[in-house]
Amino acid sequence: MSSNKKYWKSVEELKENSSIVETLQQNEFAEEIPNDEFLGNKDLSSSSTTRRDFLKYVGFSTAAASLAACEGPVIKSIPYLVQPERIVPGIANYYATTIADGFDFTSVLVKTREGRPVKIDNNSLPTGRAGANARVYASVLSLYDNKRVKRPMANGQNVSWEDFDKKVGDALNGVTGEVVLLTQTFASPSTSKLINEFSGKFGNFRHVVYDTVSEDAALSAFEQKYGTRALPNYDFSKAEAIVSIGADFLGDWQGGGYDAGYAKTRIPENGKMSLHIQFESNMSLSGANADKRIAVTPAQQRAVLAALYGYVSGGASTSQLTGKIDEAVVKAATQLRKAGNNAVVVSGLPDIDAQVLVLAINEALGSQVMDTANPRMTRQGNATAVTKLVQDMQNGSIGAILIAGVNPAYSLPNSKEFVKALKEIEVSVAFSMKEDETAKLCKFVAATPHYLESWGDVQFTKSKFSLMQPTIRPLFDTRQFQDCLLKWNGSESSYYEYIKETWADTLGTEEWNNALHDGVFEGTAPSVATTAAAPEFVSTAVNNGTSARNLSTASEGKGFQLSLYTKTSMGDGQQANNPWLQEMPDPLTRASWDNYVTMSKEDADKLDLINENVANGALNGSYVNITMDGVEVKNVPVIIQPGQAPGSIGLALGYGKKEGIQEEMQVGVNAYPLYKDFSSIQYVNIEKVGGIHEFACVQLQNTLMGRGDIIKETTLEIFNTKDKHFWNKVPEVSLNHIETEVTSPEVDLWESFDRTIGHHFNLSIDLNACTGCGACVIACHSENNVPVVGKKEVRKSRDMHWLRIDRYYSSEDTFTGDIDKKDDISGLGDSLSQLAEMELPADNPQVVFQPVMCQHCNHAPCETVCPVAATSHGRQGQNQMIYNRCVGTRYCANNCPYKVRRFNWFTYSKNDEFDYHMNNDLGRMVLNPDVTVRSRGVMEKCSMCIQITQKTILDAKRDGRVIEDGEFHTACSAACDKGAMIFGDVNNEGSKILTEVNDNRMYHLLESVGTKPNVMYQTKVRNTSEA
Amino acid sequence: MKKVKFRHSTSRLLLVSVVFLLSFTNLIHAQDTLDPAAAEQTADVIAEEPGSGDVANGKALFNSLCAACHKPYSKSIGPALNGVTDRHSIEWIESWIHNSAEMIASGDAQAVAIYEEYNKTAMPAFPQLTQVEIGDILAYVGQPKPTPAAALATDGATDDGGSGGGVSNNVVLGILAFVLIMLLAILFLVNKTLRKFAVASGVELPVKETRKPLYKSFVENQFLVLVTAVIVLLASGYMVYGFFMQVGVDQGYQPIQPIHYSHRIHAGDNQIECKYCHSSARTSKHSGIPSLNVCMNCHKSIGEVAEATATEEYSKEFYDKEIKKLYEATGWDPATQAYTGETKPVKWVRIHNLPDFAYFNHSQHVSVAGIECQKCHGPIQEMEVVYQNAPLTMGWCINCHRETNVKMEGNEYYEKIHEELSKKYGVEELTAAQLGGLECGKCHY
Repeated sequence: MSSNKKYWKSVEELKENSSIVETLQQNEFAEEIPNDEFLGNKDLSSSSTTRRDFLKYVGFSTAAASLAACEGPVIKSIPYLVQPERIVPGIANYYATTIADGFDFTSVLVKTREGRPVKIDNNSLPTGRAGANARVYASVLSLYDNKRVKRPMANGQNVSWEDFDKKVGDALNGVTGEVVLLTQTFASPSTSKLINEFSGKFGNFRHVVYDTVSEDAALSAFEQKYGTRALPNYDFSKAEAIVSIGADFLGDWQGGGYDAGYAKTRIPENGKMSLHIQFESNMSLSGANADKRIAVTPAQQRAVLAALYGYVSGGASTSQLTGKIDEAVVKAATQLRKAGNNAVVVSGLPDIDAQVLVLAINEALGSQVMDTANPRMTRQGNATAVTKLVQDMQNGSIGAILIAGVNPAYSLPNSKEFVKALKEIEVSVAFSMKEDETAKLCKFVAATPHYLESWGDVQFTKSKFSLMQPTIRPLFDTRQFQDCLLKWNGSESSYYEYIKETWADTLGTEEWNNALHDGVFEGTAPSVATTAAAPEFVSTAVNNGTSARNLSTASEGKGFQLSLYTKTSMGDGQQANNPWLQEMPDPLTRASWDNYVTMSKEDADKLDLINENVANGALNGSYVNITMDGVEVKNVPVIIQPGQAPGSIGLALGYGKKEGIQEEMQVGVNAYPLYKDFSSIQYVNIEKVGGIHEFACVQLQNTLMGRGDIIKETTLEIFNTKDKHFWNKVPEVSLNHIETEVTSPEVDLWESFDRTIGHHFNLSIDLNACTGCGACVIACHSENNVPVVGKKEVRKSRDMHWLRIDRYYSSEDTFTGDIDKKDDISGLGDSLSQLAEMELPADNPQVVFQPVMCQHCNHAPCETVCPVAATSHGRQGQNQMIYNRCVGTRYCANNCPYKVRRFNWFTYSKNDEFDYHMNNDLGRMVLNPDVTVRSRGVMEKCSMCIQITQKTILDAKRDGRVIEDGEFHTACSAACDKGAMIFGDVNNEGSKILTEVNDNRMYHLLESVGTKPNVMYQTKVRNTSEA
Repeated sequence: MKKVKFRHSTSRLLLVSVVFLLSFTNLIHAQDTLDPAAAEQTADVIAEEPGSGDVANGKALFNSLCAACHKPYSKSIGPALNGVTDRHSIEWIESWIHNSAEMIASGDAQAVAIYEEYNKTAMPAFPQLTQVEIGDILAYVGQPKPTPAAALATDGATDDGGSGGGVSNNVVLGILAFVLIMLLAILFLVNKTLRKFAVASGVELPVKETRKPLYKSFVENQFLVLVTAVIVLLASGYMVYGFFMQVGVDQGYQPIQPIHYSHRIHAGDNQIECKYCHSSARTSKHSGIPSLNVCMNCHKSIGEVAEATATEEYSKEFYDKEIKKLYEATGWDPATQAYTGETKPVKWVRIHNLPDFAYFNHSQHVSVAGIECQKCHGPIQEMEVVYQNAPLTMGWCINCHRETNVKMEGNEYYEKIHEELSKKYGVEELTAAQLGGLECGKCHY
């Protein structure tokens, strides 16, 4: 049916003879198409290349490129001209040396390949001082830091060392004022001797030791009481009762390294384990591991300590503490008295009175844990001297300043004054590895080598020493601080010869070689002829009563009580340019690439500060400004920290560096301006400011929601009295209406293979011994070439950590409370409301750390779904991941119940978008040549360090011997000095791992899934029944 | 190749017989036409002429006693011995050989000078050598340097050898081809003539039917077209597959190296154990390219190759030049017998190159399994220039792991697993595969 309706498109069409309609009929586009404008580039029109030509070129070059790809490249191999005797390509050499950067002091074992250090290991000798933390493991990457000062500089110009010596020598000779040497704690007898000799050259000389993070109060208290400026040494493996008042002794408190001893007492043995009570304001590692944690503000901590002193010494308490806290103090005192000389009290209060009291309490207890006869020498800083130095610098009485190993322009609380005064000083020399804030201002910059390129000796304690030896030739034109001093002293010998000479009396040739081999030795410090004879120490009567009174009556300031702390990843901030450390999540907040204010929920609500998770799970937070006596730190993000004492906040030091550091690593805020008088506790005001901070937090779910099959936990009382089926129940399923344990082969869908032949590897993780320090995470990075992905990618949950340490908070007061609550839920309405409640952690929750890596399931869900069989099972128990076979479907990651598989979204090496160590030749030197660097589009995960187990096996085959128990290890198990990770062959009868498998505490993660993992966990036992 | 060998031996036989004949005629210039093997023999023959000593005996004695430190024509640890009789009297030489230390101690000027010149290296005393024997040695070292003659001879021999067998073959082939062509031509002509005869004699030749051309019938037969298409597709698919599968497989790769290092001479002729130089193969995953100091262990005193080392393809000069390259790289000055300190690393071209994701450990195969290097690297002792013998593909690795029994005797490590596994599989010998040698993760991590 035809229609004679006429459709019109515009009113114009209705008019007859409209010119517009005519035009439009002829030409669809009335206006000229703005081709020229569109193309923009005028040069293009003059180009003779047409679009067709262009496509031809593209086609041709693609074809040429693919043809060229078929041709293998010519690879050159260049052998040594003269091969060093001890270097065999392909075989690792190990050297014992020592890190002594002023913050970390540890004897380590360095693995070198073809002459380049690739990994730091613990010095596992029984005499060695284990205690390498994440920073120490990561320090090998700082050796290959692209931002290092590569040659000496004078007035901003590169010069040769000869010129440098001459110029500095001339400048120093012409100096009129005082010559000051401002250094880190070297704790080195040879360096002390050398500085002494150097000082003789000048009439007016001063040596000031400056610890970036000060232990001044503890040092002064010890000095007052015992006459040596040192720190008491603690052996926590002897402790039965530990009371800590604001001391994060599992972190960096007083030099750190106490966690290994502590962990020994935490594994219940014969029904006993130590009891740990923690009074603190920030949630620290120690608080997280404590059996009982009481959140108190720093001011309350003082009162607690005073009260505790009162209770322990038997005198009446004069505390004005509120009921609950007082109760806790009384209980703590009872426990201390009960444990007698196996009890110990430690405190992190930056207050000389507090430290005096701690010494007094431990003495009153007769504590064996505290060792005052053989104290620690690794902190020597003197806050008063530093303060005076800055004053003198401002006065203009200082003629020359030599700064070694510290960065005061960044880390001094009054750095502005320091910077101003430093600019005025006639001669300023910085001995530095980086062109940092201080070095930038100094007239002369002496490029110093990394500790892996240096010689040295270190005094850990009064009788325990260690040697530092180079493990690689200096990468750059650097010279050690000590060698400079020697040269300027007019000496021809090297520092190496100088050290040998210093120890000539104690160490003969053989002993010296042994000491160098072992890394550590016992002895007495060689006597140093000091210019002024030290006055005989007269034990001044320290009045403990006064101290206690001072503490309890300390005036309270206004505003928030800020506790400055150091993160296990960043420490004092020396290694801020180390991407491994930046990307390592904080053990507690699980945030990486940042520092932030930690605040209690209560206070945050008051100030209207929020933390929220956005759609992709990433965490956002509000900003605050912190002000204190005219000092203002702006735009600090806030994280709501469960367990933070209301009225207190925390902020980590070591961030916010701007100089000598790559742009990507310039994260966080500098908290040092708040570190007034080198006191970690300050009163500050907080004010909310606009804006939302984007965190890179790797954990979204913070509570366990009562899922007892992920973390199994019990109390010591139940552990001792009840059957294991009560506290470590294996999940059951119904088989023919009979409840059957899921571990039973009858309920298994799979047929099992015979796993009794050959090696079969298992890894046991003891939740009691794990303190969550994260050393294993970095060790894993270093061993397995795990890439760094950067803050943005971490925020998208694309972190590549093969090993993560999950941290869970309880939403009730205890985890058992969580389970009870969950079990009591009935009905839908109830479950919705109560489960939502359970997502929120309690105000002072229990905390648990759980390292999770690939569980190497014998019945692995990932293996069955891979369409290309890129992941398969080995007879030795490993779930093997074959990168070259993987096509990146990611089914395996979807099917993994533990979420341990990591996908390479990008190429992380040689990619400018990820400008971290794998993007430069220097940084790539740290890569382990035995492990593939994974490419884009493949899945990767923990391999159970198959390269290490295979090497152990091969070594045994070559020697034709049986493998002893303890030979097998993985990077993480070797890094854990706490014994929380035990790795071994379960088919080796009598092996340690076999006892772990048969331990009553043993359970598997998500046992009910039936994956039969080769990684097991040991139930966490808390000593809470008595506290 | 066999034929070549045969030819070589005939020519040698021929030349030896010529030499035999010539030795009667005392024609010295005869050597101009000789090959190196013969040259040496003639040299011996010539030297006999002065009659002062038995050159053959002298050579034997020289090689067993003196060659470690002396060379006839160039300096080594000790001085060159050619012309020593001009420098010193026979009596002096005799007493020096019998006890050099005594002479130096007695302050003999000449003796002390030599002692000083050669870095105070004492020459061991040889009191056992008689006057006659010393005479023989001197006769041997006193011969003029035969190099240029030998070189000439080499060239000549190469030319002769090149033409000899080749010509006869070509000639035979040529004649055969000629005969064939002639036969064809005759056939054609005969045919043509017969046809002419037929036409002439009125015989009617059968006329061929014009049939459909073959290609047309082929195109019309769809079945045939389909079958052919399938075959063509399959064949080209097979070829494409074959092409892609050889991408990255460098079997036979034989790059030119910066120094022409002959494994034939070292591992073949001189029977040097592979692991003497590639020592890290015993302990490390890498076999290692020997560092140049290893080369210099021997080449400090071996500055040139022996006459017999040269082949038709590579002359003695060629090899000597290669040794010079080594000296240049290590900075060794053969004249002063000292290192100059000016070194230059040698950039070898890598032949065997596994991808980064494949882990291979030499010591596992060499030390533990006791596998011969040749198993993977081929007849290395015959390779003048090394080439990649095996494809180094995964299939090749796996195949060997399937077939090879693991050497377990006397290795305590294997005791337990051998007992258990042999019970499980019911076999006495276990292959690498049975021990888990096929698991992906064993080589890929």
